[in-house]
Amino acid sequence: MKHLLDFQGWTRAEVESLLDTARVMAEVLERPVKKVPALQGFTVATVFFEPSTRTRLSFELAARRMSADVVSFAAATSSLQKGESYKDTLLTLEAMGVDAYVIRADAAGVPHQATRWVRGAVINGGDGRRAHPTQALLDAYTLLEALGGLEGKKIAIVGDILHSRVARSNAELLPLLGAEVWGAGPPALLPQSLPGVRLTPRLDEALAEADAVMVLRLQKERMEAGLVNLEDYIAHYQVTEARLKKAKPEAPLLHPGPMNRDVELEGTLADSARSLVNRQVHNGVAVRMAVLYHLLVGRER
Amino acid sequence: MGDILIKNVMLVDALGERGLADVLIGEGRILSLEGGEAQRVIEGKGRFLAPGFLDLHAHLREPGQEVKEDLATGLRAAVRGGYTDLVSMPNTNPPVDTPEAVRALRKKAQALGLARLHPAAALTQGQEGKTLTEAGLLKEAGAPLLTDDGHTNEDAGVLAAGLLGAAAFGLPVAVHAEDASLRRGGVMNDGPLADLLGLPGNPPEAEAARVARDLEVLRYALRRAQARPHLHVQHLSTKRALELVREAKRAGLPVTAEATPHHLTLTEEALRSFDPLFKVAPPLRTGEDVEALIEGLLDGTLDAIATDHAPHTQAEKEMDLLRAPFGIPSLEVAFPLLYTELYRKRGFPLKRLVELFTDGPRKVLGLPPLHLEVGAEASLVLLDPKEHPVDPKAFASKARFSPWAGWILEGWPVLTLVEGRIVHEALE
Ligand SMILES: [Zn+2]
Repeated sequence: MKHLLDFQGWTRAEVESLLDTARVMAEVLERPVKKVPALQGFTVATVFFEPSTRTRLSFELAARRMSADVVSFAAATSSLQKGESYKDTLLTLEAMGVDAYVIRADAAGVPHQATRWVRGAVINGGDGRRAHPTQALLDAYTLLEALGGLEGKKIAIVGDILHSRVARSNAELLPLLGAEVWGAGPPALLPQSLPGVRLTPRLDEALAEADAVMVLRLQKERMEAGLVNLEDYIAHYQVTEARLKKAKPEAPLLHPGPMNRDVELEGTLADSARSLVNRQVHNGVAVRMAVLYHLLVGRER
Repeated sequence: MGDILIKNVMLVDALGERGLADVLIGEGRILSLEGGEAQRVIEGKGRFLAPGFLDLHAHLREPGQEVKEDLATGLRAAVRGGYTDLVSMPNTNPPVDTPEAVRALRKKAQALGLARLHPAAALTQGQEGKTLTEAGLLKEAGAPLLTDDGHTNEDAGVLAAGLLGAAAFGLPVAVHAEDASLRRGGVMNDGPLADLLGLPGNPPEAEAARVARDLEVLRYALRRAQARPHLHVQHLSTKRALELVREAKRAGLPVTAEATPHHLTLTEEALRSFDPLFKVAPPLRTGEDVEALIEGLLDGTLDAIATDHAPHTQAEKEMDLLRAPFGIPSLEVAFPLLYTELYRKRGFPLKRLVELFTDGPRKVLGLPPLHLEVGAEASLVLLDPKEHPVDPKAFASKARFSPWAGWILEGWPVLTLVEGRIVHEALE
């Protein structure tokens, strides 16, 4: 693989090989000295046109754990409107000798555009509603840890599917690993269709016998745009202890964060043993190490 | 003695393919189709001659955004595309909403001596959709139609009054038919592909809903007006909206419509590249819509092919899909594109294609037909069937990018004459 933009065109074998590498990286992270020289001499840039401290730190830590040099660039999207363009920014970094770019943007497709401008490897760090492939990989990794395997497992994704890059990436990745993916949310927050996902406005249907439940963040803007009514959402789509009885006993809960407690998810559930939220964050570093390793080692420079 | 003699050239106009002729041009007119003495002789060599094209819909960006395009580059692009006449849209900065602004543009264009400019004026002051402009005075200043293109006319009452006012002076009112509240932030055709790509969709229903409303407004204006109103629907892009126009025409409503080169040759699939080059309003639609539009060209539902030439800077088009501006520049490729894609590849009748660039748009503006006859005004274009790739770097337009870059096309304009005067020459 040359870039990681989304999972279009990926095979199961490629994903499994990446997750195998992530397991090796996870072992590295258990050692007293959590560092290997695998990427010595490589430079990784985190280029964040949309702020996200958590994702940026996770990528930077992943790069440093493998001895890569790290530079980071953050721009307010407002400054993009007038001054420097994406292309200028990336070409500047290219001139400084960057080998891999982790790009985050509020608009779908910016990492795809970037591959036309730079020679280095491009990793999608989240682009608009399109994709957040490393989040999906860490979700898959976490699910595999918890469930042992994904073949035939029913995964319910709940909330604002329409505007979610996490949902789109999971919708591509989890079926590739054999999972049956359901998406549930209010009709105004559901896409017309998503390949590989069974969409329903009925939460109970998605939760029934689910092996795991992934809860998405509800954005305030959706309410302001008149797409949902908050009280109605809480009444019908909040994942609660009671509703979760439809799912398999002990079915774990995932959330890409940051969480609105008592909006999309009942607060007590967020802190319960079922919640894998911290495990997701922990696994994120190992997964991102694996991605950088796959993209950079053996790459023509 | 004439000025120019074009020998052994095939004639084609809205009346049909009319065989070989030796066209003698002088005093700004066609003097003879059977040859004669001339100062300059041009060998036809398998090329064909058509009346000069008229574009109903071009954005030339002057005044205010000359960095994107100005009259000189825009009108040079026009003559390179075979256009002898062009209607510029008023959504400049400031908008063209006064007789003085129309006169100033015409005067400046005349001095350039390229294509003839017909500056459309805004239907409402500042294109704000609230207060009507002065239709009669705008007509006297030379505005060929009124439109708030670039903005959608949300207030139906204002549109109705605009149609009534324009009718008194024989001016068409052209509409950008898109329901803004249904479109919201849409940047591509709404549907499964937009869902997959995670891009906000602009539903085809936003166009159909607005066309349906505007046709009812037209019905109202027709019932109220003493003079006959004329609604012109710009850049139709959907099958459903086209059907609505077809039904309205059958019912005898005074409505005309246009389609653009991009909506006739590209689909939403182009957005898979996430390249803002393909970002346009209304958006590129599905293959089914494209087929419906081509059907509409054939059966007369569509009266004209209009470019919606919309130049932007390269940097703007290298933004992301949410921020990049809408629009595709196409004056220089429109004819060869459709000649190749419709006539050569699909057997679309050449006569009808030429009509859609000449008499079709002329009729929308109430101009008489222009045919290749002795005595006719010598505003002509010589077209070469030889293949050439689209090379945006060679564009006269300031917008040197194109969704058709590298496409191999035939039918390039190699000579354009305005009233017998050569305004573009690329003879080999
Ligand atoms: Zn328009």
